[in-house]
Amino acid sequence: MQLVKRRPLPPQLARVRSGGLLPLLAILVVLLVLITVRQPDFLAPASLMSFLGRSAPLILLAAGQYFVIVSGEFDLSVGSLVTAQVVVAARLIDSDPSRTWPVVLVLLAGGLAVGLVNGLITTRLRVPSFITTLGMFLILVGAVYLWSNGAPKGGLSEEFRRFGRRAFEDVPLLGRMPYALVILLILATLAVLLMRSDFGRVLVAVGDNPRTAELSGVRVHRTRTIAFMLSGLAAAVAAILIGGYSGVSFQAGAGLEFGAITAVVLGGVALGGGRGSIVGAMLGALTLELLFTLMNFYGVSGALRPTVQGAIILFAVAVSTRRSTSR
Amino acid sequence: MSLLSLRAARRPVPGVFVALAITLAVGWLIVMIDGGQLFNQSTTVSLLHVAAGLGLVAVGQTLVILGGSLDLSVAYVISLSTLVAAETMNGSDGALLPAIGLALTVSAAVGLLNGLLVTRLRINAFIATLGVGLLLKGYLDNGYDGPAGTTSPTLVQTLGYQRIGPVPLSFLLLVAVTAACWFALARTRFGHHLVAVGGDPEVARLSGVRNDRVLVVAHMLCSLCAGLTGIYLASRLGSGAPRVGTEGLYDLESIAAVVIGGTALAGGRGGVVGTLGGVLLLASIDAIFNQLEVDAFFKQVIRGAIIIAAVAVYARRAMRKAAV
Repeated sequence: MQLVKRRPLPPQLARVRSGGLLPLLAILVVLLVLITVRQPDFLAPASLMSFLGRSAPLILLAAGQYFVIVSGEFDLSVGSLVTAQVVVAARLIDSDPSRTWPVVLVLLAGGLAVGLVNGLITTRLRVPSFITTLGMFLILVGAVYLWSNGAPKGGLSEEFRRFGRRAFEDVPLLGRMPYALVILLILATLAVLLMRSDFGRVLVAVGDNPRTAELSGVRVHRTRTIAFMLSGLAAAVAAILIGGYSGVSFQAGAGLEFGAITAVVLGGVALGGGRGSIVGAMLGALTLELLFTLMNFYGVSGALRPTVQGAIILFAVAVSTRRSTSR
Repeated sequence: MSLLSLRAARRPVPGVFVALAITLAVGWLIVMIDGGQLFNQSTTVSLLHVAAGLGLVAVGQTLVILGGSLDLSVAYVISLSTLVAAETMNGSDGALLPAIGLALTVSAAVGLLNGLLVTRLRINAFIATLGVGLLLKGYLDNGYDGPAGTTSPTLVQTLGYQRIGPVPLSFLLLVAVTAACWFALARTRFGHHLVAVGGDPEVARLSGVRNDRVLVVAHMLCSLCAGLTGIYLASRLGSGAPRVGTEGLYDLESIAAVVIGGTALAGGRGGVVGTLGGVLLLASIDAIFNQLEVDAFFKQVIRGAIIIAAVAVYARRAMRKAAV
């Protein structure tokens, strides 16, 4: 039966398939309703904007992770990269405002460099990306503890922190507009445009079938390496926002890699590559953040939170996969 | 065809054992120059203890990875198993067997859940087992702040600390489990089916293999192995420990050991003997660093680099073999 379905879908069916975001949107709406029932103010512009600003890091990480996953790989190193970046930023800035911009540049370059190393090891040395980025995770965590002797040093300047916690106040209609949200909107637009460009198509083709892509003249290695660099860059921006919002700690990025991957899968992107949209990935991250907010409002105790989160993730993914396999 | 199968049969000693021998030789030399001794009784014993803990999970992990799946929940299953075992024993020898039985049953049930989520609901194994891990994490975080229960003294004296010469009983358990899994993979129908499912699920299905059932069994065996690690850790620690699995990074390290041992992450190729080599390699590196009294954080950096390097070397060999 499945063999019969392997034939290319007629155009009208293909369009139905790209509407795979429907279940996710349904879950999003349900979560929103549940939150508003408990906290009617949540949908007020100001609080909604703040929520979106707070969600920016995970959404950016999900977008970065999407590039890697859709090209057929994994990036488990982003969480540790965020931690490393936040700790490094604090030590380099050392509360000196004049160093803010140079350090921001250093972080962005650092993110790109880690992505480059991940990409080169994965493509040139043919190490599965799961192992490459897992090794990178161990290296980054170990290195950052080693470098700071087990306790974060220095401090972030107010100039650095404003990206994560300040906002344009008194914006007409919206109330306030967090800097993080502005950054998110700009980068998300760029990411969507990138996926619509030739590069985006090539990236998906590489994930769908690397051999075919290679035979069609695509430089598979280079494309995948660029995907890893984009993920590293996203982690750097996320680190700047997270450092600003919640300050320096060794836990800054803990678990974010799994959060980002979960978000991407929630968004209907297939692990293994070649399928799914970047908008879906970012909406998946938004859903996840809504879920966390919901649990806050309903007073789910901190310790029980993972259980609820796990159950809902399993449920949501089961629902969205059920749809996609029955097509 | 016959040539191919011959080559496959001649390949049971993967490169990891060469790497292990080189690591031990170089490590022995460096430690000696440093003025220590790598192969004295106490280092060997602790090396084998480390290997036993990681090895039991990793052997189970090998089975699911061979089948094209993955288990990220093992770390939580380990913690859960230490608690179930230690709390049921409650310090008395009378409840020893029921406690072990209960811990293994609970573990197998988690494996069953993993397997059903992966096969029936078709959730990607990465997400399914991550989700189940979160379920367990919530339960553990909510119910326990620290160690709970007491392991029965008999278990501590036997599985925990008894040894024959320099070889701990727990390492013999690992060898026995590895042998059993090797036999299951090489000589039983289940083993052949599992490798077939991991190699190409569609072909396996069309050849009459019940993919779902095979994978569910593999997941249950994997969780059982994690449960065994839990019981072993409970016997070492003397009590149940709610965070021992995650703090030991047993989920990621077991996967690393499997891949270093030459099993393909995509499934269908590899075996438990290689995994045993991978585990011994990781444990030896640990022992060498301990002898050299290397900083713990530095150790982690080197460990990460070695995991990548080991797999890179392996991938190179595979590439050359494919080119011949």
